[in-house]
Amino acid sequence: MGALKSTPAPTEHYDLSEKTGFSLRQIRVLHKRFKQLSEGDDVLRREDFLGISSLKYNPIRKEIIEAFFNRRNFSPSCEGRANEIDFEEFLVVMSHFKPPCSKMTDEQRKSIRREKLKFIFNMHDSDGDGLITLEDYRHVVEELLSRSGALGKETSRAIADAAMFEVARTVGHRDPDEFYEGITFEHFLKLLSNFDIESRMNIRFLKTDVIPGCRLG
Amino acid sequence: MFSRMAPRGRSGLGRSLAELGLLLLAILVLLDGTVLSLEAATSSEIDTHEGKPGTHKNTSKKSFPVLGIKYDDVSVPFEISLWVLLASLMKLGFHLIPRLSNVVPESCLLISVGLLVGGILKLARDEVPPVLSDRIFFLCLLPPIILDAGYFLPIRPFVENIGTILMFAVVGTLWNAFFVGGLIYAVCQIAQDKYSEIDLSNIGILPCLLFGSIISAVDPVAVLAVFEEIHINELLHILVFGESLLNDAVTVVLYHLFEEFMESGSVSAVDALLGLVSFLIVALGGVLVGAFYGILAAFTSRFTSHTRVIEPLFVFLYSYMAYLSAEVFHLSGIMSLIACGAVMRPYVEANISHKSHTTIKYFLKMWSSVSETLIFIFLGVATVEGEHHWNWVFLTSTVVLCLVARVIGVVGLTFIINKFRIVKLTTKDQFIIAYGGLRGAIAFSLGFILHSEHKRIFLTAIITVIFFTVFVQGMTIKPLVELLAVKKKHEAKRSINEEIHTRFLDHLLTGIEDICGHYGHHHWKNKLNRFNKKYVKKILIAGDRSKEPQLIAFYHKLEMKNAIQMVESGGGSKLNSTFPSTVSMQNIQPKIHSPPSARPSERALPQLTKGREEEIRQILRTNLQKTRQRLQSYNRHTLVVDPDEEGFDDLILKKRRMMELDWKLKQMTNYLTVPRPQGSPTMSRARMASGRNTDFIPAQQKKGNKQSSDSQAYVKPGAENVPTIKIDLASPQSPDSVRLLDEVVQDQGLTMSLPSSSSRAYKTSGKDDGRDQQKLLRCLSDPGPDVDDDEDYDDDEPVPT
Repeated sequence: MGALKSTPAPTEHYDLSEKTGFSLRQIRVLHKRFKQLSEGDDVLRREDFLGISSLKYNPIRKEIIEAFFNRRNFSPSCEGRANEIDFEEFLVVMSHFKPPCSKMTDEQRKSIRREKLKFIFNMHDSDGDGLITLEDYRHVVEELLSRSGALGKETSRAIADAAMFEVARTVGHRDPDEFYEGITFEHFLKLLSNFDIESRMNIRFLKTDVIPGCRLG
Repeated sequence: MFSRMAPRGRSGLGRSLAELGLLLLAILVLLDGTVLSLEAATSSEIDTHEGKPGTHKNTSKKSFPVLGIKYDDVSVPFEISLWVLLASLMKLGFHLIPRLSNVVPESCLLISVGLLVGGILKLARDEVPPVLSDRIFFLCLLPPIILDAGYFLPIRPFVENIGTILMFAVVGTLWNAFFVGGLIYAVCQIAQDKYSEIDLSNIGILPCLLFGSIISAVDPVAVLAVFEEIHINELLHILVFGESLLNDAVTVVLYHLFEEFMESGSVSAVDALLGLVSFLIVALGGVLVGAFYGILAAFTSRFTSHTRVIEPLFVFLYSYMAYLSAEVFHLSGIMSLIACGAVMRPYVEANISHKSHTTIKYFLKMWSSVSETLIFIFLGVATVEGEHHWNWVFLTSTVVLCLVARVIGVVGLTFIINKFRIVKLTTKDQFIIAYGGLRGAIAFSLGFILHSEHKRIFLTAIITVIFFTVFVQGMTIKPLVELLAVKKKHEAKRSINEEIHTRFLDHLLTGIEDICGHYGHHHWKNKLNRFNKKYVKKILIAGDRSKEPQLIAFYHKLEMKNAIQMVESGGGSKLNSTFPSTVSMQNIQPKIHSPPSARPSERALPQLTKGREEEIRQILRTNLQKTRQRLQSYNRHTLVVDPDEEGFDDLILKKRRMMELDWKLKQMTNYLTVPRPQGSPTMSRARMASGRNTDFIPAQQKKGNKQSSDSQAYVKPGAENVPTIKIDLASPQSPDSVRLLDEVVQDQGLTMSLPSSSSRAYKTSGKDDGRDQQKLLRCLSDPGPDVDDDEDYDDDEPVPT
């Protein structure tokens, strides 16, 4: 099983480092983890993710896993879903969680923010049509509350409804005849404008030692 | 807070007369005390003379004393009350003078008052009572402030930044202590002030270090007092404040350590090691003691459902016991108090009734406010009291060294800390942190109880530093904050979308961490929460409230607000014209369900409405059962917001709405539905869940009473047809009133089912919700904290999910 190579990193890693912004060391460790999850394969499938036991307590597990296979997260132009991903795509998805560098221009900060929010948007928008509809949102809230086990669908629906309501209201006046189909990405951005996502949506990749034999299956 | 004091429509003469009157009153109070204590002095003299042969007393016939003065018996309580009264009057007075409170922070004013009072007392009696004795300070004045801080401590930012805070508190304080102590010693050796009688070179290294350790600790009272008014962003606030709280352990240890060393006269390496061990024990021990009492308090609160009246008492008593127990063992009392408050809060809040919430909130704010005022006044008095040894060299070098040490410490530590932080601390942040290192009364009290020959000079120096930091730094920090454009506190309220996404993000990050395979802090946080939910909550929280997740609680609170607004605004057709309805739930449906070409009237199918409306009613019913309230705020001074401040137009609007609602309700007296399950106290709490609109202003308006002071309008229980919406929380018949509210709300639900105006009414109320919500939330008159604070820290778990 992938021990940390002491040989110099393969050239792909340099390219990946360029592309995603991870350091070589981080890429090496993530590669090791990739190999661990895929059990030596070159591609990851959904079943591999399902094998992570600590994930099973997570109420939004399915969405997270889906996010890895969602082509829109690989690059803005892609569409649809993949059934298996390779290391590069794995890294690209992970790069959404990179901590921001300390000195950022406003432009950079905005674009990072957009990226992260787009990731979350894609997670909510399950059918991929670019809109978060009421059903989508209801689903999100249901999932969030599913682990708490306490309450029925009603409350989660009510919460989702209220949330959608708020969006509709925040976004602006609409003609009562006009139809509000769903939250577009722009609306989503506006909605969460007060949410400082660029400082919250981060994983510390500093601690890059992978726990050996880490809870697979 | 101070800016809001800008009075409108003031009658200049009337106001200045009022101020004058207040001032006169204060002076009278003072003189009263002075005179009476003079009396006491003289009467006590007479008493002592009675011991002598009382013959000459017996010669004159004693007539029956119709009026006599017996001051001794009540002297102590009398003087205490006098002081407290003076403090409160001063507080009142400051707020009457608009300009002053904007420029000068309250702490400065209070110290000045103290100086004044001390001066007067000295002139009157040629001696000033030592009011700031350490016992009074540490046992009576300090605990309320710390408990207030600890109970309302915003847990999430605190825990997120705990590493930084600890670094500053521990390492920073140590650095300060040694730096200042060491260099002061050097200065003492070198400098020889010919004009001073004090021979500085006598001061040994140990006393200097002791002095350094006293003076190096940032003081929570001063920090709170000053930072409260400048409204900087949450991160900086929690950093400086957290540091001031946690460095108590360091101070305690250093102080005792150096004192011991001074006694024993020699230091060895073993002692240093023991010092380190002692530090760990003091800190951790304090926290454990606090947590223990916190859990006890939480457990006790589980059983208080039948004796609601004494619930607040448990909170206060357990906390105070935690403090005292820690002090017994020389552990850090402050940390114990903080731990106790922070641990018990989520569980206690889930258990106790709404009124107890309010009581606790109020009492804590009140006591801590009075305490703080007294502390500053006493500081002023104590300054006048003692004899001071002025040594310019010592004093100036102390002040300079303190500043330098602080700056170097902060910069150096930030350099190291930034390597580990995601959100780095900028230079501006560092400046504010350094500048915000205020010293206060704790330093003074510690100096007071010194047993050193150099006590006087130390005390003078301590007072100088305190004055310098409080006056100079305290006064200039506000303009500096403006100048540097430091990010201010985020004033917007939390929307449900943000709440949903906060939870979502938590789970997402935990999931990603699991996928990455490393145990980051999300992972552990998640584990802690699961443990908490599974075991701890079951034990400490009564009933089924233990299962309610946070999102739902938040949502219920929001729904409650909406329900209240629906009640208040009437949701009636009358208001259709005022607020153009834009969005309704029917519009937010997936496109598939109705073809785009359908006309609006078809879309607004009553069938959908009814189902929808049934849902809404159901939701409201269930929500009203389960809503809980939150206590959040660590903002001290803005407890009561006078509705009149907000402007008359809002009042008028409300009044109009009230009348409309009344009219509307009169029309539907026959549409009452039934069910009211348990009228739990949560019901009335539910209403308060908004945290703000505890006072139904319309009802008050109806009574023609514009002064809705704090809260609680009136429901006359027994009114079967709910013609009015006066809701009373203070009445002993809360279940009834609660039932009535429900009926009122049901009423509103029924409003929606009126065929004629159903969809329209609903649409309006839907739209109204939003706007009105904003409006009402602004027009608060509730005894609640700041507008924004309500939403921020709604944690019901030790580490929020």
